[in-house]
Amino acid sequence: MSEPAITPDSIRSHGLSDEEYQRIIELLGRQPTFTELGIFSVMWSEHCSYKSSRVHLKRLPTTGECVLQGPGENAGIVDIGGGMAAAFKIESHNHPSFIEPYQGAATGVGGILRDIFTMGARPVAAMNSLHFGLLAATPNAAPEERATIARNRSIMSGVVKGVGDYGNSFGVPTIGGEVRFADCYSRNPLVNAFTLGIVRHNEIFYGKATGVGNPVIYVGAKTGRDGIHGATMASEEFDDASQAKRPTVQVGDPFLEKLLLEACLEAMRDGAIVGIQDMGAAGLTSSACEMGARAGNGIEIDVDLVPQRETGMTAYEMMLSESQERMLIVAAKGREREVIEVFKKWELDAVVIGRVTDDQRLRVKQGNQIVADIPNEALTEAAPKYNRPLKKPDFIGEIASIEQVEKSVAELDATFMRLLAAPNIASKEWVYRQYDHMVRTNTIVLPGSDAAVIRVKEKRRALAMTLDSNARYCEADPRVGVQLVIAEACRNLIVGGARPLALTNCLNFASPERPEVMWQFSETIDGMKEACEVFNTPVTGGNVSFYNETEGRGIHPTPVIGMVGVVADAKHITTQWFKSANCAIVLLGKTANDLGASEYALATQSTTNDQPNRLGNAPPLDLQLEKRVQEACLQIIQAGLVESAHDCSDGGLAVALAECAFSSYKREAIGCEVNLEGELSQAALLFAETPARIIVSAAKENLEKIFEIAREQNIAATVIGRTGGENIKIAVKGEVIINRPTTEVESAWRKVLPQSLEEASMIAAEQR
Amino acid sequence: MKAKIYVTLKPSVLDPQGKAIHHAVETIGYTGIADVRQGKFFEVTLDESLTVEAARAHIERMAQDVLTNPVIEDCRVELET
Amino acid sequence: MKFGVVVFPGSNCDHDTYHVISKVIGQPVEFIWHRQTSVNDCDAVLLPGGFSYGDYLRTGAIARFSPVMSAVKEFAANGGKVMGICNGFQILCEAGLLPGALMRNANLKFVCQHINMRVETTDTPFTALCQKGQVLSVPIAHGDGNYFCDTATLEELKGDNRIVFRYSNANGALTEGANPNGSLENIAGIVNRERNVMGLMPHPERASEELLGSNDGRIIFSSLAATLADLAKAS
Repeated sequence: MSEPAITPDSIRSHGLSDEEYQRIIELLGRQPTFTELGIFSVMWSEHCSYKSSRVHLKRLPTTGECVLQGPGENAGIVDIGGGMAAAFKIESHNHPSFIEPYQGAATGVGGILRDIFTMGARPVAAMNSLHFGLLAATPNAAPEERATIARNRSIMSGVVKGVGDYGNSFGVPTIGGEVRFADCYSRNPLVNAFTLGIVRHNEIFYGKATGVGNPVIYVGAKTGRDGIHGATMASEEFDDASQAKRPTVQVGDPFLEKLLLEACLEAMRDGAIVGIQDMGAAGLTSSACEMGARAGNGIEIDVDLVPQRETGMTAYEMMLSESQERMLIVAAKGREREVIEVFKKWELDAVVIGRVTDDQRLRVKQGNQIVADIPNEALTEAAPKYNRPLKKPDFIGEIASIEQVEKSVAELDATFMRLLAAPNIASKEWVYRQYDHMVRTNTIVLPGSDAAVIRVKEKRRALAMTLDSNARYCEADPRVGVQLVIAEACRNLIVGGARPLALTNCLNFASPERPEVMWQFSETIDGMKEACEVFNTPVTGGNVSFYNETEGRGIHPTPVIGMVGVVADAKHITTQWFKSANCAIVLLGKTANDLGASEYALATQSTTNDQPNRLGNAPPLDLQLEKRVQEACLQIIQAGLVESAHDCSDGGLAVALAECAFSSYKREAIGCEVNLEGELSQAALLFAETPARIIVSAAKENLEKIFEIAREQNIAATVIGRTGGENIKIAVKGEVIINRPTTEVESAWRKVLPQSLEEASMIAAEQR
Repeated sequence: MKAKIYVTLKPSVLDPQGKAIHHAVETIGYTGIADVRQGKFFEVTLDESLTVEAARAHIERMAQDVLTNPVIEDCRVELET
Repeated sequence: MKFGVVVFPGSNCDHDTYHVISKVIGQPVEFIWHRQTSVNDCDAVLLPGGFSYGDYLRTGAIARFSPVMSAVKEFAANGGKVMGICNGFQILCEAGLLPGALMRNANLKFVCQHINMRVETTDTPFTALCQKGQVLSVPIAHGDGNYFCDTATLEELKGDNRIVFRYSNANGALTEGANPNGSLENIAGIVNRERNVMGLMPHPERASEELLGSNDGRIIFSSLAATLADLAKAS
């Protein structure tokens, strides 16, 4: 089969610049074939090559006592004690989810699951961070806005169903995550999927093609034309033409993935597998060249041997296909039959398609004809690397300060109710009820508390995990913003009774070709580095997603942090809910005048404008103070002194107190009576989002011990009230501001998402 | 030879999906829709060596035994020769 | 006594069920691969939850053709105890071992949450240790749990006291709000005529340890173990 000629048009349609094309010719010492052009275009895409981010990412701390595997493999791995390890990673599937929400989200979940079990780890927990446009129209909205709202709802319904259907069928519990909303995600929804798996230290597998002469085996689903150029699509801005790109979206098959999981783990146990990697973005191309590169070897394959779902596929199509649920395995020479037998038992294709070579090249044959022959290095290390220009956005430094707007108690009370119904704060039960969060019978803390907690069946210890972001803080100040996010992620684990170990990140940004965006990215990396060092939580891997931008409008910088921690003893596990009446409510830390970039600012400043300069600056963060508050809290929990502990963040103290009071499984709502004192405005005392604050409830006889630990850590600890009663009753400086039945507040908080989404979800359901 | 098989819920069985579709199309503005029932559609390609009679018998049995749950569903087979 | 947990391609509660029998109930248990043509020497066979064959045609529709199902039918015909949980219940209905069918949830969505179910009869090997009217807090997790059967079958189920569990509120009242999926008459679980084959949508294996929030489901496994122990003693 002859290859098409390469023209200036075909170079451009592959997303390669003239300079990049010249570089390909230099690296090869000749003109590329058409198949090679395709291979270069996907491997050099932003998505695969990290060409705009690599120069910055290397500043992140990636090593630490607990880190067994840092960035560079399919997932990071940390030691969790007792000979066990946790493999975890987060990855974005933003662009495919905008084009086809259901399949985009489903295949995002499928991809990250494979990244975990390819390391030999059985996935035991999934989470996801989802960002959507707003779900409610402003009063008297124009038809255009109403259409946007309707689309946002249908995207969200489709994404949630896609996440659920895939994870539920596969049998991984989706135990938590976050769902956040802002206008900038209307045409740029974010779907970041996280998975954690458990593996014994001596059973970890790597994506390395070691052993020259070893057979290379293709396993899993057959190859079709789906997803061709998915990786380059994820590296381009959206325009109306991208709607026409629908055929490139991959379709997921969770049943096949479940079989693949069981077959892979079984074959790994048998010891016949040397290296293994999933075929994700850029499919066969990236798995073959990356496995070769990691081992310092080469791989030669014959695409005619690849199991095919469609007829007449070219080498180009097979190398670039992103058909899902496929893996590439390097087996020990002479043991390929054993591997193939295991996959046959699970009714899966497994075919030897090539072998490991010693020449550090990716060689692709189609029968007798060589259609691609490229040094691995040209596709990996030698891929373009850009140090793109940085420019601080103009609005930074011109940020308004946010002060109380309410003039009466009634207005403050109304703000409280508005905040509880704000989409970022309102109950996410509508979402997580659609996810099986209990399969595998490990989930100790169900979705809805600060951190999700699962037991490790073999051990007394448990694992806590959380996903966090706050793009409003990051837009106002990317450096401090990401530190606030990391601080909150750590705090979420601490209040659950866990010590944070390490994190994975998903860095969602607009176009790197805009200097303002690159400045935000660079600041984010610097801020993250500093925070990771203070909290002793290295970065074990993650993902960068650029070009979250449609028609020139980009998203706020949205770094999402996935933090994992260990609960030393399951009896330390703590949830946010008050457990009994007549406990003292203690605030660890101190409120400051931090209304900027807060949910309060968003709710009171202007309902349609989420521009950061109007919403004020992000709260300042004293990393050392934050660390001390968290340390004190963990000591208090481990000493068994508290009944509940809750992070104080979105919506401030008033919202956090309400969340502690609401009912939960086998637990009626428990009200509270609180008085807040201080020099600040009423709004600040109620709603400021000052970091380094935690609410605990404790029996009165434990108070002295709590104060002692607080004194040792040199942090404030103040009794602000007591639990009990029907109402959430909050006074400021003696004046009662909020006094409502807990059940009434709770039902307002619970009904927001169902009201917006019921209709859209019915429509999404019937389209399946 | 191709066979088309339509599987639908029995008229006596409530069809929540159909009802949701009905509600949705009315909301979007399609008027005059009295009822919507949804179902499944299968397209089966048959080996050319079979006679039409054998193919029909084959497909009808498969449709009833496998593709349909007789407790809640009916099926209809069309053979394209 | 020995329990067997059948593994179909796509079963995903097989390990959970195995864990409860071995670690919580403390009885011998083994996996039975779906291609096996016998259930070995097991005294009770459990069909676990999951998405056998992806539930792609209908829930449980393809699993019933697995070789092991002939063995399960034969085992049941000889009086062997069989329990199907969630997808296992769906498979038992498709295989004709239990009457009726499980349809899409009325709200068309997958639902995962704790529910309450009321014990309607203690005259089964699976509820022998329960009290009639006892309310158990057990999770559900399914998209197709909406139990349906024709009127004649329903009358027969009622007449023979074969409805084992009904969705209820925490006080045992059979309200519409307590019905999570639109099931006919709040039916959550039923037995066959011979009372040795039971299917239920809720997951008792997920509510068998206090650490996980509820151990109300354990009594179902304990009842079965106690019944098997009595049978062994008698023989």
